Amino acid sequence: MANQLEIRNLNVTIGDKPILKDFSLSIPKGEVHALMGPNGTGKSTLAKVIAGHEDYTVQSGEVLVDGVNIIGMEPDEIARSGVFLAFQYPLEIPGVSIANFVRAALQARMEEGETFNAPAYYRSLYEKMDLLQIDRKFTARSVNEGFSGGEKKRCEILQMAMLDPKYCIMDETDSGLDIDALKIVANGVNLMRSPDRAFLVITHYQRLLDYIIPDKVHVMWDGRIVQSGNKDLALELESKGYNWVKEELATA
Amino acid sequence: MPTALQTKLLPMASLGDDAQLIAYRESLSGSIPWLDAKRAEAWDAYQSLPMPTRKDEKWRFASRMAFDLANFRITDAPDNSTRQRAIDASNMMHQVSGRMVFTDNHLASFDPVDSDLEAKGVIFKPLLQAIHEHPDLIESRLFAEEAHLGSDKFLALHTALSHSGALVYVPKGVEIESPLMIYHWTTQEGVAVFPHTLVIAEEASSVHVVDIFQSLEPDLPAFCIAAGNLYAGPGSHVFRKCVQNWSHETISFQADATAARRDSTTQTLAVNLGGKRARFENQLRMTEPGSHATMYSLTVAQGDQEFDQRTFQSHEAPQAVSDLLYKNALLDRSRTIFSGMINVAPDAQQTDAYQTNRNLLLSPEADANSLPGLEIQANDVKCSHGATTGQLDPEELFYMLQRGIPKRTAQQLMVYGFFEDVLDKFEQEEIRDNVRKLVQSKFHL
Repeated sequence: MANQLEIRNLNVTIGDKPILKDFSLSIPKGEVHALMGPNGTGKSTLAKVIAGHEDYTVQSGEVLVDGVNIIGMEPDEIARSGVFLAFQYPLEIPGVSIANFVRAALQARMEEGETFNAPAYYRSLYEKMDLLQIDRKFTARSVNEGFSGGEKKRCEILQMAMLDPKYCIMDETDSGLDIDALKIVANGVNLMRSPDRAFLVITHYQRLLDYIIPDKVHVMWDGRIVQSGNKDLALELESKGYNWVKEELATA
Repeated sequence: MPTALQTKLLPMASLGDDAQLIAYRESLSGSIPWLDAKRAEAWDAYQSLPMPTRKDEKWRFASRMAFDLANFRITDAPDNSTRQRAIDASNMMHQVSGRMVFTDNHLASFDPVDSDLEAKGVIFKPLLQAIHEHPDLIESRLFAEEAHLGSDKFLALHTALSHSGALVYVPKGVEIESPLMIYHWTTQEGVAVFPHTLVIAEEASSVHVVDIFQSLEPDLPAFCIAAGNLYAGPGSHVFRKCVQNWSHETISFQADATAARRDSTTQTLAVNLGGKRARFENQLRMTEPGSHATMYSLTVAQGDQEFDQRTFQSHEAPQAVSDLLYKNALLDRSRTIFSGMINVAPDAQQTDAYQTNRNLLLSPEADANSLPGLEIQANDVKCSHGATTGQLDPEELFYMLQRGIPKRTAQQLMVYGFFEDVLDKFEQEEIRDNVRKLVQSKFHL
C-alpha cells in the first residue's frame, strides 16, 4: 500500500540468534508512532534492518516503503527512497565537514543534469541550524567529531530536516539530552510533522513523548509488539514499569 | 615485481661517467676554501662509508630500495622551451614573498623578495649566489648537519655535489608574511638532482618556506638526494612544507634537520606522493628550553611504491614540546615504513613529546610497517607514542550510506577526510586547495 511504511511479518537473526520475531507494524504518512520497550528487545535492530545494515539477516518478511519492498536493497538506495535513521550513537567522520557531508547527501538525490544551488543550500542549512540552535560555525567542523552528546543529536535532526525524508526513524534520540536540548530537538521534529511524512520514535522513556505527542504507542518485548494504544499507554508504561510488560503483556 | 631482499641496497657504482663527474666536481670548487674542504671531505666520506644493508636497524623493512646509481647523471640545464614549461607550471601559489624555480639543478627563474624586505636584511638567494656573497654568514650552517637516521652516505654525496636550492636568512625581529616558494623540477631522463634548502631565522623572526619537488613528465627516470636545514633562533617562528610529487620513476632521498632554540615555534610538513622509492629522514633537535615543534606528514602510496620515513625528536633541554603526526594511506601493493624515535635527555625535564603514526590500508596487498620508539632519561616528562593501522570503518561507511551517499562517494570522502587534519596546516587557501587536488588525483576510487 502506498503512503505508509509497512513492516510485514519480519523475522531477523544475528548469526543464529533470532531478534525480530514475526514483527509487523504499519505507519501511515501523517502519523507519529512511538516504539517503547526495555533494552535488548530488538528496537535498535528494527531500525538498522530497515536501514539495510548488513550485520542482520532477514529470514522472512518485508519492509514496504510506499508499497516497494526495500529488503535486499543497498543502504544508500533505501535512504534515497525516503527513509532516514537518526542514529542512537551518531558516528564521527573525521575530516568531512557537516556542510560537505549534507551537500554530498543532497547531491546524491539530484536528477542527472541538475545543478547544485550553493547559495540556496547555505540559506536553508543556516535557517535550520538557527532553529536547532546549532552554531553556524559548525558547518566547517567534521561531522560529530568532538561534539557533545546533545550536539550530536541536534546534528542528526539537522540532517533529517535537510534531507526531507518521507519516513523518519529516530532511535533513542532523547538519550543523552538534557531537558533544554530535548525541547529544541522536539521542536525541530514537530516542525517537520506533515501529512506527507511519518515518524517512528524509538525510546525508553515516556519523557520525550511529552514533547513529541505520538498518535500511537507500541510496546515491544522479545522481538515483537505486545501492546498498542494511544499516548496514554506510554504513561501507563511509565507508571507500571517494564516489569508490567514482562509479567502481564508478554504472557498475554 | 619488487626484487627479493638484497643484502646490499645499492650496487656500488659512480654517478654517470667518471670524466663528467670529475669535471662537475671541479666546477663546484675553487672559490671558498672552507666549502672546498667540506665537499672534499664529504666526497671521501661518500666513497668510504659502507652501503647500508637491510640488516642495519636503520634500514629495517626497506625491502625495495635496490637501484643502480650508474643509471643517473648530472646534466646541463634543459633547453629553453622545457625550462619555460617548468616555470609556467610553478604555480601552486601566487601570493608569495619570493619564488625560485630550478630545473635539473639549474636556476630557471628567480623572483626575489621586495625591496622592503631586502632593506630589512632578508636574504632569499639561490644557494650558488649565496655561497659567493655571504660565505661567512653560512659557514657554520651550510652542510653542517649529520644524518643520524641512516642516510649518512647519501647525505655525503649530497654535500659533495649540491649546488641548487636556496638560502633563506631572516634577521632579528623581521616577519615575512607570505611564503617563500622554491620549485625543484626534474626534466631530463636520468637526471640526478641535489636540492638544498637552508633556513636561518634569527631571534623573534618569522618565515614560511615551501619546497615543491616535481617532474615534468610522470614517467621520467630521475634520482634525488635533497636536504633541508632549519635553524630556528630564539622566539622565532619557522614553518617549512615540502610537497614531493616526483615522477613514479624517481628514486628519492631526503634528509632534513631542524635545530630549535629557546622558545621557538617550528613546524615541518611533508606531503609524499611521488617517486618509485622515497626515503625521508627528519630529525628535530630541541637544544634550548621552551621550544615548540610540530612534525606532520601525509603520504599516499600506490602501485608498488615504497615510502620509508624515519624520524627523530631529540629533547636536549627542558620544557620543550614536540608533536609528530604521520599519516599514510596505502593502495595496491604499496609499502610504507614509519620508524620514529623520541629521545629525552636526562636534564630535559618537563618535556612533552608525542608521536603518532596512522596507516589507512585501502588494499589487502598493501603493507604498512610501524616502529615507534621512546628513550626517556628524564623523570618528569609527558611522552606518548602510538601507531594504528586499519581500514575504513564499516560503521562510519554505513552512517554515510544511510544519508543516501553512494558507496564510492562515501569511501572517497572518508579517505580524503583522513588527510584533512594535515592539509589544514597549509594556512593559505590556494596552496591548500592545490595540494588537496594533488592528493586526490592519486586515488582511483
